[in-house]
Amino acid sequence: MSADTPPTPAVPDRSPTPREVVARALADVPRTPGAPKPDPIIVADGVRRTFGGINAVDVEHLEVQRGAITALIGPNGAGKTTLFNLLTGFDRADAGTWTFEGRSVQGKPAARMAGLGMVRTFQLTKALSRMRVIDNMRLGATGQRGENLFAALLPWLWRAQEDAISARADELLTRFKLDGKADDFAGSLSGGQRKLLEMARALMTHPTMVMLDEPMAGVNPALTQSLLGHIQGLRDDGMTVLFVEHDMHMVRHISDWVVVMAEGRVVAEGPPETIMQDQAVVDAYLGAHHDTDLGDDALLEEDVVEQYEAEAEAEEATK
Amino acid sequence: MDWTRILTNVAGEAFAPATAAYAMAAIGLNIHFGMTGLLNFGQAGFVLLGAYSYAITAMAGWPVFASVLAALASAAVFGILLGIPTLKLRGDYLSIVTIAAAEIVRIVSRSTSLTDLTGGNSGLSGGDGYKRTFESLCPFPDGTTALGPFSYSNCAGSSWWLRLCAWAVVAIACLLVWRWMRSPWGRVLKGIREDEDAVRALGKNVYGYKMQALVLGGMGGAVAGIFYTLPTSVQADAMGRTMTFNIWTVLLLGGAATVFGPVLGSVLLWTVFMLVKTVLRDLQLEFLSSTQSEAFSWMLVGLTLMLLVIFRPQGILGDKKELSIDVR
Repeated sequence: MSADTPPTPAVPDRSPTPREVVARALADVPRTPGAPKPDPIIVADGVRRTFGGINAVDVEHLEVQRGAITALIGPNGAGKTTLFNLLTGFDRADAGTWTFEGRSVQGKPAARMAGLGMVRTFQLTKALSRMRVIDNMRLGATGQRGENLFAALLPWLWRAQEDAISARADELLTRFKLDGKADDFAGSLSGGQRKLLEMARALMTHPTMVMLDEPMAGVNPALTQSLLGHIQGLRDDGMTVLFVEHDMHMVRHISDWVVVMAEGRVVAEGPPETIMQDQAVVDAYLGAHHDTDLGDDALLEEDVVEQYEAEAEAEEATK
Repeated sequence: MDWTRILTNVAGEAFAPATAAYAMAAIGLNIHFGMTGLLNFGQAGFVLLGAYSYAITAMAGWPVFASVLAALASAAVFGILLGIPTLKLRGDYLSIVTIAAAEIVRIVSRSTSLTDLTGGNSGLSGGDGYKRTFESLCPFPDGTTALGPFSYSNCAGSSWWLRLCAWAVVAIACLLVWRWMRSPWGRVLKGIREDEDAVRALGKNVYGYKMQALVLGGMGGAVAGIFYTLPTSVQADAMGRTMTFNIWTVLLLGGAATVFGPVLGSVLLWTVFMLVKTVLRDLQLEFLSSTQSEAFSWMLVGLTLMLLVIFRPQGILGDKKELSIDVR
């Protein structure tokens, strides 16, 4: 150590941001598919779903870190949305077990999953368009006494709860800047506003985990930034976020961890800064020989052709 | 033409027991379709079950309230049986299964092997005694009362007593629907009507709610069956597909997903129907016999239904923004 080494930077006198906390927790996780996490909220094993002989999802092992924003990416047909549907109870797996918060939940219907704290949004936004925005929000609240057929006829039983729900709905609408639209039909909102509404409505269930299926699809660029902020806000409030996305810029910008799927399998995992350099990811997105010059005369030589054929056969055999 | 008589007939039709019965059946269908989006094309099956359950138990000497409970119970059982296989599937399956199930109920109840119970092909008439328990509850003296141009018997058959009860029940049903529509329960149903997956994702037991709506609306149909058959007779063939489509016309005319739509629709449909029928008969047209003029009136009902669905799907009272026929 020489004397002119600059002094180690002083420990900043602020508590670390949630993002830094998560990054620290994930720092030692190996960058391999199915890597164990220090504090997993979801642990899945051998999850398989086949459609007519094709393995849409065939995940050996997957863990999702609690409190982190995990992105699920992959080329079209990689099985991301199918895995999503399985985890949230919207589809039934052919095989496999998985736990949510330590509780075994495979085969649980979708409504139960929401009750356990896992709420989802949809790729094609499901705003209930012929209901008012505020009613969309109120519908999200769980454990409503007035949702019982008989109690519904006796308003004094649920009026107070309804007021509390409305207050919370107003608060969330303000946070998502939809408060001016509360009394409009949800169908009159723009695509981006519907995404916001769907997210706000999901929060009415007090979830511990929010699953977002392509939150950026069809959103006007002006709203993108605010939507990204809201997703980070979910993590900062202590929720776990798992989202499917195509937009790599967004993935890099907000996620703490990235899981890459291809042909139904998890092919790579890692932090967003390095994941795109992973050979398996490049292969999945661009094909194994994407940088081969097709004009290269070497392609015409027998041994190269044989080598590629052998590779292709080996690939076939593993399927 | 005797316009006084025609208009009296038409006005009498506005508060006839059958009009109340159609309003009641349409209120039930409104819970299915207007509130929940269930396409039930077998409402007449519920009506028929209610009518037979009431009549058979009444003939066995059950008191009126027990007979009404029997009618409600049979509708509940029928609704659950229909719902178990279909409510997990897409909406159109329900419509196929309900139309078939209503036909099964009708054909079974008119079969000769059940003659001892249901009267078979000829049904049950007042002579079989199913009206006795209801008429014996009548608080009025025997005889007839004329109120303005309307003269009906006090207690027997198509009586003032029956009209009073039928419309009181319709009023109670409207009140209940009004309450339900404005409750969180109604909000869940409305959400299911819009997109059941979204509601499922929010942790609601969609299947359970659809089942509640199906059973509740079916009970409306069963009560309608009681009021439909008390003034006349219990006839399986009077409660077939035609009745189902009339109930749909009533609902769409008045406006689905509204509280008073079914009542307005029923009153309007049957008064206009009566008007056309009697006017055509009184005109004594050479090319239209009286039976033909009845058939022609039915054609007009069908035409009304078509025009409504095309040009005013929200009905008279409905809010166009809120509801149009939308089958997912």
